Amino acid sequence: MDLAEKGSRPLHWFAFLTAAATLVLLGIGGLVTSHGAGMAVPDWPTTYGYNMFFFPFSYWMGGIFYEHSHRLVATLVGVLVVALTRWLGGRPSRLPLAIIGGLELSAGLVLGALGPNWRGAGHFLAGIGGVVLLAAAVWARNAPAPRPLPLLAWVAFFGVQIQGLLGGLRVVLFQDEIGIFHATLAQLFFLLLCLVVLLTSRWWRTLAAALSTVGGGPSSRLSWWMLAATALILFQLMIGATMRHQHAGLAIPDFPLAYGKLWPAMDADSVAAYNQQRLEVTALNPITAFQIGLQMTHRLVALLILVAVGVCAAKAWRLARRSGRAQGAVATNRPVQSLARISLVWFGLILVQALLGAATIWSNKAADLATAHVIFGALSLALGGIVTVISFKLPAPAQAGLPVLEPGGRQGWNATANAMSQPFSSRPLPSGAASHTS
Amino acid sequence: MKRHLALAAVTALASAFAATAGDVVGTITLKGTPPKEKDITPLKEDPNCGKLHTAMPTTKFYVVGAKGELADVVVSLEGISGKSTGASAKPVVMDQKNCIYVPQILAVQTGQKLVVKNSDPVLHNVHSVPTVAGNPEDNKAQMPGGADLTFSFPKAEEFIKFKCDVHPWMFAWVSVFDHPYFAVSGADGTFKIANVPPGKYTLKANHRKAGVVTQEIEVKDGAPTTVALSLDAK
Repeated sequence: MDLAEKGSRPLHWFAFLTAAATLVLLGIGGLVTSHGAGMAVPDWPTTYGYNMFFFPFSYWMGGIFYEHSHRLVATLVGVLVVALTRWLGGRPSRLPLAIIGGLELSAGLVLGALGPNWRGAGHFLAGIGGVVLLAAAVWARNAPAPRPLPLLAWVAFFGVQIQGLLGGLRVVLFQDEIGIFHATLAQLFFLLLCLVVLLTSRWWRTLAAALSTVGGGPSSRLSWWMLAATALILFQLMIGATMRHQHAGLAIPDFPLAYGKLWPAMDADSVAAYNQQRLEVTALNPITAFQIGLQMTHRLVALLILVAVGVCAAKAWRLARRSGRAQGAVATNRPVQSLARISLVWFGLILVQALLGAATIWSNKAADLATAHVIFGALSLALGGIVTVISFKLPAPAQAGLPVLEPGGRQGWNATANAMSQPFSSRPLPSGAASHTS
Repeated sequence: MKRHLALAAVTALASAFAATAGDVVGTITLKGTPPKEKDITPLKEDPNCGKLHTAMPTTKFYVVGAKGELADVVVSLEGISGKSTGASAKPVVMDQKNCIYVPQILAVQTGQKLVVKNSDPVLHNVHSVPTVAGNPEDNKAQMPGGADLTFSFPKAEEFIKFKCDVHPWMFAWVSVFDHPYFAVSGADGTFKIANVPPGKYTLKANHRKAGVVTQEIEVKDGAPTTVALSLDAK
């Protein structure tokens, strides 16, 4: 049975489900750090000596609840990603999956036999290998999705396994730096899955088909603005991850001022005084001058992002209006208008995110607000990635506004959309994509 | 044989003239009004630990007596090193009672055993977070009624943080010295450092929030040296 012929809609919704589960996982990960519970379970992959799937519920208390939930949801996301890889990769993915799964299973069994210290890691690896082998054993002879989806799936496949390993190593190696990397990779992983959702959508296929008649053209300045703003958001998320994994609470307790000043004193005596005057209710690390500098940088970059995304939204909106005035350019008008609308939502997200950042400080880093800040950060990055990819796909404004574009009129877009609602293998494809489906 | 007798005679003579160690005793007081301690709301709201407290528990950064006597100050002699009696020293005990570390400020020698008990009906993890190279970070699970845990540190370091990540309000601080000449002030603000060899020293008093104060002292043969130190509330 060819799964692609069965329809690409289920695939799109499965990708959406995987991305949604990842966002939930990211949120629970945020709660783990916000509650300082990253080390509440001292062992990995076991939990207080138990197989993680059989850890008694009566012990799910305090920080253990967050950390253990994080591990279980991570396992679910891992299984979903393996299935997604198999689905997007199609029949050709079976052999590599079988080889990787077999290797992981074998390595896991060997590790498990090395002794009690390795048994947990061995069982964990063997478990992953078993799931991968199971995916390889699915007999469906479905065709792979169009490029670059199989590649993205493989990146996600390896990404999720690296993420799991990093999460475990952070616990057993006591390295906060691993936590920073783990948190940043989580944001990139979510972005990747959101792009898979976009690229498997009917909307995207319709756009790709419509543009196959007019060509992509050179990228507009707007695309580069969007790319820069998205890169800035990623940079900001890295700063945020570093701040959170210092486990020092709020390095600066007030906002918009900083210790009552526009720029706080950061000399050794002042930092010592900040620490002495702070009465911590939870086990926080002492504040350092580096952390104060980091929070000030976070504030400044937030301002830059607000401006950059504002500019992107304004430019996208202007482009949509200009494009809307051009007759016969509907093939690109509708996506341009969609881009403008999504950009506005993006700007709205950034505004909410800035407010959440301020609220995190005003609430003395309340765990729910700090976690919401992490989740909105992930959504901001994902939406930034989506608008950037769309904008690079669209022709430059000079072309978009010209009436020579085909097919013309709203009917033209609808006809293309209807054609594109057909399954991958039975619809008219852009010439570049034809060779990638079978 | 004659040589051995001569050596014994010299040793006996040296012992007779050897200086006698003395104690350093004193009191520490706090000047000024300390900030109000904070309610540990997460502890009171915890479904397991909260019921172990009838009243709202508070932080205990400044434990001050009626006349300003300050507890939990780590007092030590500076300039002495390599005198640790290590694992042969009597182990120091820290307990987990009602989901709080008791005591919260401790001091041990390098190599000396720190025994952590769990008197609570709930599980804890005991996570030590040293920052000096050579002192390993450790994180151990301790079930209710579980066996005692043992920690020790090879390097001197002040205020190593111990915490429970299951219950994030639980934390204690352990100072490690490579000699036995230290003490932690009690509830009456007093301290005693016993058997200090005669000589001139710098006495250092270190409090987590009130900071550090030092004083030059001289320990004379067999006589107790009395000092009075004061720290300012921040």
